[in-house]
Formats: sequence, C-alpha cells, structure tokens
Amino acid sequence: MGDKFQTSYKADMALFQTLWVKVWLGIFAASLIVCPYFLSQYQLGILNEISIAVIGALGLNLLIGYTGQISLGHGAFVAIGAYTTALTSAYWGLPFVVTLPLSGVMAALLGMIVGVPALRLKGLYLALGTLAFGFIVEYVLFHWDLIQGDMGMAVKRISIGGYEIRTERDHFYCLTAFAVLATLCSKNIIRSKIGRSFIAIRDRDIAAEAMGIPLAKYKVMAFGVSSFYAGIAGGLLAHYQKWIVPGSFDLSLSVTYIAMIVLGGLGTILGSVLGAVLITSIPHGIVYTTDLVKDTYPVLGSLIVDLKVGIFGLIVVLALLFEPQGLAGIYRRVKLYWKTWPFRY
Amino acid sequence: MAVVKDRPDTLLEISDLTMSFGGIMAVSQLALKVLTGEIYSIIGPNGAGKTTLFNCISGIYKARAGSIKFEGQEILGMPPHKIARLGIARAFQNIELFRGMTVLDNLMSSREHLLNYGLFSAALHFGRCSNQEEKCRDRVEDIIELLDLQKFRNTHVGALSYGIQKRVELGRALTMEPKVVLVDEPVSGMNLEETEDMARYILDINEEMRITVVLIEHDMRLVMDLSDRVAVLNFGLKIAEGRPEEIAKDPEVIRAYLGESKN
Repeated sequence: MGDKFQTSYKADMALFQTLWVKVWLGIFAASLIVCPYFLSQYQLGILNEISIAVIGALGLNLLIGYTGQISLGHGAFVAIGAYTTALTSAYWGLPFVVTLPLSGVMAALLGMIVGVPALRLKGLYLALGTLAFGFIVEYVLFHWDLIQGDMGMAVKRISIGGYEIRTERDHFYCLTAFAVLATLCSKNIIRSKIGRSFIAIRDRDIAAEAMGIPLAKYKVMAFGVSSFYAGIAGGLLAHYQKWIVPGSFDLSLSVTYIAMIVLGGLGTILGSVLGAVLITSIPHGIVYTTDLVKDTYPVLGSLIVDLKVGIFGLIVVLALLFEPQGLAGIYRRVKLYWKTWPFRY
Repeated sequence: MAVVKDRPDTLLEISDLTMSFGGIMAVSQLALKVLTGEIYSIIGPNGAGKTTLFNCISGIYKARAGSIKFEGQEILGMPPHKIARLGIARAFQNIELFRGMTVLDNLMSSREHLLNYGLFSAALHFGRCSNQEEKCRDRVEDIIELLDLQKFRNTHVGALSYGIQKRVELGRALTMEPKVVLVDEPVSGMNLEETEDMARYILDINEEMRITVVLIEHDMRLVMDLSDRVAVLNFGLKIAEGRPEEIAKDPEVIRAYLGESKN
C-alpha cells in the first residue's frame, strides 16, 4: 500500500488521495461514459438538465455557502449568460468557443458591479439588494426590443470545430464535461488562498481583515466568480433549450438554486452537486410516480400540477428540519460510521 | 530576556492618541514607543483602554486624533488589511478563529499576502499555485511545530479546547510572518501548565523568530518575568512606563491596582 503514508506536502494536498477514492472516481467516470447507451432520451434529458444545474449551483455555493454573501439574484446572472449567448451567436454569428466564455465574462462583470454596493450591505439588506437587481434584469428582458421580450429568442445548436451537437447523447457528453470541469475548478479555488479568504470572510470578517485579507477584493471576486458560473450555466442552457424566454429566469429560478445549495449542503462542493441532482429530479420523480399509479387513482392525473409544487415544498421543508447540514452532512455521517465500523467510535 | 540590540530602533511609535466612545475617553493623549526586538507589555485594570489601543493600532477603530507610526510610516487611517500587510499581526483576546476551517487552514489563511497567484492559476491548480501552496505549507509546518499543534493539524477549530484555540490564534498571527505581534491576554482562563507553555512560546517567538511582541496581560507573574518594558494604563491614560522591577515599586501603579489607603 504505497499511499498509506504521505511523504511530501504535495501528496498531502492532492485532490484525490487514496487508492479507493481513485477507484470509485474511475467507476463513476466509466459509468458516465457508458450510461447514454442504456438510458432513454427522456432520462438523458434529465441528466442534461442536472449538469447545467450543477454548474449554477456550484457558483451560488461559492457566494452564499463559502463567502457568506446572500444573493437572490442568481437567476438574473443565468439570464445574462443565456441572452449573451443568444445575442452574440444570432446577431454576430460568433462561434460557441467564443460565445460561451463571453457569456461567463459578461455575467461576471455585471456580478462584480453588483458586488460593489454589496460591500456595504449584509444579510437581509444584501438579499434585498440582489433581489432588486433580479427585478431590473427581468424588466429589461421583457422590454428590450432587440431580444424580442415575451416572444423569446431562438438559439443555434452548439457546434465545436465544425461538429454540431444534435442528439441528447452528444449533449450529455458535452454538458457533463462542463459540469465536471466546473466541479474541479471550484474544488481547486476552495483549496487555494482564494477559498480560504472566502471562508475567512464568512466566519469572521474583522479577523480576516486583521490577518491582511482585503475584504473588498474578495467579496467582489466572489460575486464575479459566482456570476461567471451562472453565466456559463445560462449559455449552455440557451444552446440546449434552443429557445429562451424571459419568464424562465424570474425569481423562482434564483430560489430554486438557493434550495439546491441549502438542501445539498452550504459550503460544500459535494452539496452543490447533490442538491442540483435532487432538486432537478424531484419534479420528474413526481411525474413518474403519478404515472405509475394513474390507473388505480385516476384523480391524481388532474392534480399533478398542484401536487408537484406541494410535494416539492414538503421535501425541502422536511429536509431542512431533519438534516440542516444537507445531503453532504448525511454523506459525512455515513462515511464516519463506516470508517470505524463495527465500533461506535 | 529578549535579544535587544545595543541601540535599538523604534518600531512602533504612538503619540497623542485619543479615542472616545460617546462621552467615554477610552484612550486619551497616549504616547508610547515600542523598540525593535523587545517584549513590551501593557497592563492596567479592566476598562483601562488596552484592547482599544490594540484595535486602534490594527485599524479596526479609527482614532480621533494623534499618530501611530510603524517603522516611521504613519498608519493611522489605513485600512486594517494594509496595516496587517506591513507586518503587524494580531492575536485576539476573545478567540476570533475561522470556525469553519481546520487548524491547518486557519494557519494558512493569514498568508494570503505572501502568496502571489491569480484566480485562473488557482482554478486549475497548476504550476505557480501548486508550488507556492507547497512552500506555504512548509512554512506553516514550522509554526505548527513551534506551537506543538501537530496532532490537531486536521481538526476543525471548533472541536478544540479553549487553551489549544488560544494557541492556534497565536499561530495564525505568526504565520503572517509579521515584524510585531500584538498579543491580547494569551493566558486568560488558562491553568498553570498551559500558562507556562504559553510563556515559553512567547519567548521562542521573540528570541528565535526575532519578532517584537506587544503583550496585554493580567497575569502579573507572566508580565514581570517576560517583559523588557511595561506600560501601565488607567482610564485611558498612561500612568507609568519602565522596566518590570521599577513598575512593581511605582506608587502610582500600586494605587491604581490596589486603591488608596485612607491613612
């Protein structure tokens, strides 16, 4: 067992340390690669939605979970990314490799601008400030002629180097790759001086300043990085849906993202991913279950819309009541239990 | 006793410092000089303005009048993080550690200004970032060794006892590689053994790492044994300053601490 003892700080700081972790990750990666051959179009579609949600949730968790800055405007940054992609590809005909980074950068710039007044706001006041920004963006989307307001905008398919991504399966590989890359990047950011500064600001901002950490720089940076993630998620969403309307980027989108990170676990990378998976799949799960029992209880079919909202809310409330640390907290406990099994501690 | 050069330079010079909260003068017309390499203690009854003085030096409070010079440079009015980056570290009285982090991350967190890589390099964890993090870790390990924190390295600070947390608090100030460290009541609430350990650490910091120490402490034995010079504050005023043995005999100091006798 060559990996039992670390002999250098580099080994101790490595992302994937033990053989077991590497083996499990290998199995996970392999199953991602082969799963499109076993899943239906519908199921792949859910996975694609999840990949996009993972990217957005990672970004929001960097801001709320790690830096402690509450934002109710995350949906607005997703919208900015989506519309930047739509505009630059439709009107200027720019290729995907340019429009996607541009969407991220555009959202990041606006995020940093929102971050500047946020330097003076905390807690609920910051929540209100970002909420106001969300409303402004929504208003612009509905009233700006160039993007056709309520009519929506058509977006071209993703094409990389002449290869156009058409099928669900191609989308799956492309979107999953982005989600994996986003996860690795945020993990790296968190273990760097930037991540430590974020957490320091969240935990004790006065002490952080006395330790030489410039608050303004890192708060603005947190807003920027978080919005960059949202912008990328928005750009991918626009391409994937092929059609975007302003109504899909309202307050409820921001709240959905908050639900993901709270349910998954604030201040954990794993939590962002698990939360995105759960929140995206719950509605599909409800539809699936009602489909199964619709012959026995035909009345359920007509109630499905109300049920969806109700059950969704119920799951979130129960999860918060029984597991305030989110899914990542459950994972941590289970891991701890098996580490010492069969002994209690 | 600390290593003091024959003709030491002034490291920190405070003059005419005044700070008030509403009608209360927390610090008034205060003047003091800390020399390079010494252990300088500030004592005084509760509410004498000692911690307020530290907060003024670190820039957390903005003093109303006066001047604070560090290596000849005026630092009054500078933001706290810039003051810290000049080399003034702070160990807080009420533990102000980052509770969501392990001991190791707490100690690494205060080296932000010593690491020079950008967001892009951090996100990919390539070359520059990875190399610098490794070197940073190497230096942090020295502090961990100095303060005997090896077995707590990967423990979250919230799970540690009070005495250990105080030690981490001191460690986090040291990993900044400061020129002077402001230590606020390092042994309050500690037992005799922990106090002796802390005294040893403070001497090590001063003698081996050549860091100037400014100490606020109520434990008189610690102050008298460690300090090169002592200043006594009462109601925001400096009522005495000098070598420990002089301070112990000063009638003004005895009056402030024990009260005046009637006869």
